Amino acid sequence: MTEVALQAVELVRRIEGVVSHTLVNGIDLAVNKGEFVAITGPSGSGKSSLLYLLGLLDAPSEGEIMICGQPTSKLSETERADVRLTKCGFVFQFHFLLPEFTSLDNVLLPMRAAGRMTEGEMRERGLALLGSLGLGEHANKRPNQLSGGQRQRVAIARALANRPEIIVADEPTGALDTASTEQVFSILRDIADQGQTVVVVTHDPALAARADRRIHIVDGKIAEITGRDGGELVCEMGS
Amino acid sequence: MKLLFNIAWTHVSARVRQTLVGMAGVAMGVGFTIMMAGLMQGSQIDFLRQLVDTMPHITVDDERRSVPTQPAEREYAAVQMAEIANVGKRPGIKYPESVMSSLGSWIPGEVAPSVKTTAIIDHGGARIGITLTGIDPRREVHVSKLASQMREGKLDDLSRAPNGILVGEALAEKLGVKTGNTVLLVGGQGIQLNSTVAGLFRSGLKRVDESQIYSLAGTAQVMMGQSGVVNQLRLRLNDPMSAQKVAAQVEAQTGYKSVSWQEANADLLSTFTVRDFIVLTVMGAMLLTSSFATYNIISTITHEKRQDIAIMKSLGMREYAVRRIFIIESIIIGVVGILFGWILGYLLCYGWSKITIFNPLTGTTVPLQIYYSAMHYVVAGGISLLCCAGAAYFPARKATRVHPVDIIRGAS
Ligand SMILES: Nc1ncnc2c1ncn2[C@@H]1O[C@H](COP(=O)(O)OP(=O)(O)O)[C@@H](O)[C@H]1O
Ligand SMILES: [Mg+2]
Repeated sequence: MTEVALQAVELVRRIEGVVSHTLVNGIDLAVNKGEFVAITGPSGSGKSSLLYLLGLLDAPSEGEIMICGQPTSKLSETERADVRLTKCGFVFQFHFLLPEFTSLDNVLLPMRAAGRMTEGEMRERGLALLGSLGLGEHANKRPNQLSGGQRQRVAIARALANRPEIIVADEPTGALDTASTEQVFSILRDIADQGQTVVVVTHDPALAARADRRIHIVDGKIAEITGRDGGELVCEMGS
Repeated sequence: MKLLFNIAWTHVSARVRQTLVGMAGVAMGVGFTIMMAGLMQGSQIDFLRQLVDTMPHITVDDERRSVPTQPAEREYAAVQMAEIANVGKRPGIKYPESVMSSLGSWIPGEVAPSVKTTAIIDHGGARIGITLTGIDPRREVHVSKLASQMREGKLDDLSRAPNGILVGEALAEKLGVKTGNTVLLVGGQGIQLNSTVAGLFRSGLKRVDESQIYSLAGTAQVMMGQSGVVNQLRLRLNDPMSAQKVAAQVEAQTGYKSVSWQEANADLLSTFTVRDFIVLTVMGAMLLTSSFATYNIISTITHEKRQDIAIMKSLGMREYAVRRIFIIESIIIGVVGILFGWILGYLLCYGWSKITIFNPLTGTTVPLQIYYSAMHYVVAGGISLLCCAGAAYFPARKATRVHPVDIIRGAS
């Protein structure tokens, strides 16, 4: 019996303006706990927009997102922030580390903000996370002393800090060389294998192939869903 | 909170020069405000003290505030009488001894009689109009500081010299007289009296020292041509600040016009009010402008840290927590600035207290009086801190309102 970690119901995100624009146009999606989902699609198809909605960074115009069965559309901005802090981990194409802080302090930031552990426990966990990502000896370096791949791994460690149910990553390897890309993907794969849910946006078909499911988006709609083996699970070509 | 403080600290410590400018701004504002407050209140308190020391706290004159209605006025509404009072003779206070003993029984202080008239003092061709106050030296010591203001001679010397008078130092200088000299007093009725300068006093109030002389009550009565008259009672209270209240009670009891020192100096006191208002406005403006540099710094930081703000919000830090980072930054700048401002303020006050200055009110050169009060420091610091917090709040609110998605989209 698989547990649904993240569910989107008829999700719509519209930008109202002089020219209104629909970024996400009615997406239904359920991601199981421990599943690794890759979102692919052409540039401008609404992948990032969908990811921001799934990570509660953005609020949908219509529809509902349920995290571990809990609906989120009625939450206030502060409550959404609290959910992000403890349930969602973000990794972006750009690392977004605080430049003045060391790797360790950056990883400690979400834990300190949540304030649920003692300083000693937090440090222990932070060092363990960095160690497991091969950054043991870089704990006290600042972002500008690290390579791009190392920074991205620190960002992943930060996303994992509060043991979130869901990790969402938007082209996390978009700016990395092949070796680092491989490394980051193995890490994300491991995270999913250890039971956390991972949703990744990527352009790289080889990497998408390593996901449990691939969701292809075109014009803000799901065009195709394929399983790990390449078999087509669902097909609902755009109307 | 520690996290917010840490982040705030990294922001300000990365901008040492800007931060120091911000702190200097706050320090200047606070320092000069403390200085102004100390100077202003110092001079004011000094002046009031001289006033209260020198003047009787209440004077009861032989006048009524309103002239009693005349029979003709009561009969005919249109008739109004003017200039009824006999200008030549002062009526005097009726039964002064019994009035005094009755007042003495309840007022919280002392009362003494005096005879007040005007005269011209003539010495070697110099003629100066003066106020002559006849006193009773034994009772005078209870109602005025005259005894302690004597520079030469004593109050008792009045009864030793023939028609003895006490002259203010400033007046003596103008006339060129010394203790022991004889001067001519000319009264309103043309009465002339040769009198001896029995002593010199200095009250510190210029207008008193230049135009006031004292004699025995009898001498003043002779000058008026009215023996036995007492036309003024002077009261000294234990609490000078209660003078207005007591004056009203005295007036109600005796029917005579009783003037508190506050009423007598209402014009001076009202200029104080105006001055207070001006100075307070300037101090407020100084404190406000002293936080402008802080506003500038916080605006710059919030602008430069847009991305960090977005990422902190996206990680799940609440908006007000992120906002607080910048308020903490300005508080850091403010607190350090205020500490330096306190030191600066104290040094400025101390510096001023070493400066002597000619005081036109007293006509003397004295060190500037500085009033040191912890209240000045607390209030200047408190207002400055509020200004700094305000200076941070608005740019911080604007910057932290931003939607993280907008920044993240723009950056990647
Ligand atoms: N605030 C906005 N206003 C108007 N159009 C936007 C806004 N944000 C994104 N878009 C547009 O919406 C589309 C979807 O964007 P995005 O989700 O970033 O696509 P993807 O990540 O798949 O490249 C793009 O064409 C983008 O230019
Ligand atoms: Mg994108």
